Amino acid sequence: MGLRRVTGLFIETFLQNLLNALQWGSFYALIALGYTMVYGVLLLINFAHGDIFMVGAYVGFFIATFLLAQYAVALPFALPPTAVFLLTLLLSMIFTALLGVTIERVAYRPLRRKGASRLYVVITALMCGLLLENGNLLLLGASRRNFPELLEKTIYTFGGVTFSNVKIMVVIVTILVFVLLETIVHKTKLGMAMRAISYDRMAVPLMGIPLDTVIAFTFVLGSSMAAVAGVLYATAYPVLDPYMGALVGWKAFIAAVLGGIGEIRGAFVGGFVLGFLEIFVAAFFPSTLRDLLAFSILLVFLSLKPTGLFGVARATKI
Amino acid sequence: MSLLEIREVTHYFGGLRAVYNLNVTLEGGELMGLIGPNGAGKTTVFNLVSGFYTPTEGEIFFLGRNISGLKPHQVTALGMARTFQNIRLWNSLTVFENLCLSQHHQLGYGLLGSVLRPRSFTENERRVRRTSEQLLEILGLAHYADELPKNLPYGMQRRVEIGRALALQPRLLLLDEPAAGMNPSEVDQLIELVRWIREEFKLTVWLIEHQMRVVMNLCEIIKVLDFGETIAEGAPREVQQNPRVVQAYLGDEEVSYA
Amino acid sequence: MRRTMPLLLYSLLCAALVFGADTGLLNAYVQLVIMYVGINIILSSSLNLINGYMGEFSVGHAGFMAVGAYVTSILNVRLFTDSSLFGPGLLGGSSALYLFPVTLLVGGVSAALVGLLVAVPSFRTRGDYLAIITLAVNYIVKSSIENIQFIGGARGFMGMRNVVDAMTGVVNMPWVLIWILVFAGLTVWVLQRLVTSTYGKGIIAIRDDEIASEIMSVDTRHMKLVAFMLSSGMAGVAGGLFAHILGYINPGTFTIMKSTEILVMVYLGGMGSLSGSVLAAIGFTVILEVFRPLQMAKWVVIPLLLILLMLFRPEGIMGHRELTDVFPRLRRLLGSQERRP
Repeated sequence: MGLRRVTGLFIETFLQNLLNALQWGSFYALIALGYTMVYGVLLLINFAHGDIFMVGAYVGFFIATFLLAQYAVALPFALPPTAVFLLTLLLSMIFTALLGVTIERVAYRPLRRKGASRLYVVITALMCGLLLENGNLLLLGASRRNFPELLEKTIYTFGGVTFSNVKIMVVIVTILVFVLLETIVHKTKLGMAMRAISYDRMAVPLMGIPLDTVIAFTFVLGSSMAAVAGVLYATAYPVLDPYMGALVGWKAFIAAVLGGIGEIRGAFVGGFVLGFLEIFVAAFFPSTLRDLLAFSILLVFLSLKPTGLFGVARATKI
Repeated sequence: MSLLEIREVTHYFGGLRAVYNLNVTLEGGELMGLIGPNGAGKTTVFNLVSGFYTPTEGEIFFLGRNISGLKPHQVTALGMARTFQNIRLWNSLTVFENLCLSQHHQLGYGLLGSVLRPRSFTENERRVRRTSEQLLEILGLAHYADELPKNLPYGMQRRVEIGRALALQPRLLLLDEPAAGMNPSEVDQLIELVRWIREEFKLTVWLIEHQMRVVMNLCEIIKVLDFGETIAEGAPREVQQNPRVVQAYLGDEEVSYA
Repeated sequence: MRRTMPLLLYSLLCAALVFGADTGLLNAYVQLVIMYVGINIILSSSLNLINGYMGEFSVGHAGFMAVGAYVTSILNVRLFTDSSLFGPGLLGGSSALYLFPVTLLVGGVSAALVGLLVAVPSFRTRGDYLAIITLAVNYIVKSSIENIQFIGGARGFMGMRNVVDAMTGVVNMPWVLIWILVFAGLTVWVLQRLVTSTYGKGIIAIRDDEIASEIMSVDTRHMKLVAFMLSSGMAGVAGGLFAHILGYINPGTFTIMKSTEILVMVYLGGMGSLSGSVLAAIGFTVILEVFRPLQMAKWVVIPLLLILLMLFRPEGIMGHRELTDVFPRLRRLLGSQERRP
């Protein structure tokens, strides 16, 4: 084989993997954003967040199936699949946001009120996550669900590299979400309050913004992002199972930490970094080693730069 | 050989210069004060001396040994103890245990010893406990022995901190604002206490303080810092009248001439 | 006499249990439960050393358990049994009897060495970041085992039945039960001695104020090393014992879920309370068995219970106190060391 051909192939493979990594990393980024926002505001690792992602996917599933069933029953209005998709996305975001806020109010807020140590809240978060997973398992059974195909999958080929419209959409949506979030956080009052809380919790109420509102808003944002990730993920990989949030969630959390937890840019970048790591590792090593190597790299990275890529170490005064 | 020698020490935190060209010599037996407006770098100096930071430039010698780069517990083991600006007692442990614990580096036994408890363990533990008991007696804290530090009045907590430092049997004692938060009678007791322990334990004492009453009454030499630089040094009366010192303090509400 | 009282009482208890097991008074199921209780006691008290006494948040304890389980099992199967994997046993079955504790300890030491992966980062990081590292280590261990096809990978490893049979072949006693009881007692004894000594209190000092500890003469690195390695080593021993209960292990047993179970026990019992860990281990294991018919709902009820615990009694059953604090008479009975000599 000529050198030109080999290099060409190499570039193709590289680009292919790059695209896959972008898509894969998008999911991590979307979910990581939720983790990082809650951490930035509450200094809490919301371990239930990965399972919120799962709930988003499942809710999407039920809404989509419901709407499609309506569609099949031929109601006065006919809903084209794209409309179903958008509705699913929207409704899932709303429902998931409600769930996130409910968890905050029922489980985290009482502990905050009591001034309980952060550790207790973290444990509660972990337990909420388990509740969601196993509650799902209990209620819906162990059989997997198939997410209905709502979008016409079009495959494009460009010089040996194949990608689907879904993949592109995922990446674009993620970028849009990031831009949206950055705008909210830097340009709106609530957003700035969110940033302020992480530095001084007492000051924010003194500025006339109720603490609870800001916190609720954070959860709304984070959870709806997770829902977006959930629906998109289900669109790209249509098989749902109750534990899907567990692994993806933990990985997204790692991505958030990698980027520097508490920093939105960090979550975004961290998500893609992890996505890249995984895809490229999987390209060269047996896929069973993928998770192993990813976690090992994380371990090494954290040992050397614990605050992550964008994180700022909080200095302790002696 | 002097007890402590700080030679041309300059320390930066990133781009911020916290301490500049510091020179201190303590022969042994002095009662020295370190004063200066807020943010002058006083606690940083203590942190440098006790090994928490390694000076960016310059060297620090303790008992003739270059201690830059040693870990704090190693510096402590050489014979230096300190108290902190904010009380840092171990609140899950009793007052008695607090004093025992600062003798950790000279326990004389390790994991195996604590589990198997041979004779050496019992003897060492007894020695440690005796030291703590005696100190508690001396400091008038004996009846607080089994209390948790957070339950004690503030002045007593400071006293426990000093006791904890003394349990290390140091040659040099660094006190970081020991009178902070105390009422006037507690301050009087503190002045007495510091004078007394200096005599009794043959210590060298170096203290940071904002309350001028303490500084003027207690210290034999005073060093004044402003923005990390030494602006005056000498006997209390001299320093008090030094125009540069007065200027540095002008407008500083912390200074109280009680 | 006072000093040896607790030892005496425990030995009596063990003797009674073993007798019951031997004679069949205690049926196989009850024996199984007791064995699980013992394992859980080792797991929860060893984790309590890190999460309770040292105030960290380690969420990967099952990883160390896995290391011990596999190392001990592989050694045992290799040395004492004829297996299809390794061929004839190197030492023959009868030596299993007195070498079993040795291989257990080798498993423990291996786990302790893996514990270094967490101990070393702990020098510079605390809290949330360290928690993630423990998570990563748990996952790495599990994933590594899954990738070693030689020992079964994800399918698991077996052959420990034969090891146990080899032991009972020499002297017919419930050996696994005996060793579990021995090591459970040993674990609690070692930990109790450690944390009541001034040396061990250094660990608590680190939790309360690490900076002050460092400056006031505690070699925090050394103490962290000791604590993490001891904790993971003990988990490794628990793993080795666990492997011989059913005679089969697979990586899927040692996931974050398992680590969470152990976490639950620690927080249920109370951080920093050894007696709390023991009680919680007993209570938790027993309750789990009692609710076995409701297996489905197990992992809904457990998290719910813990959430309620966090809301209404976060300090757990015992809080920071020991049994001897709640029942002072017990202190005299057990001859515990007084606070002051």
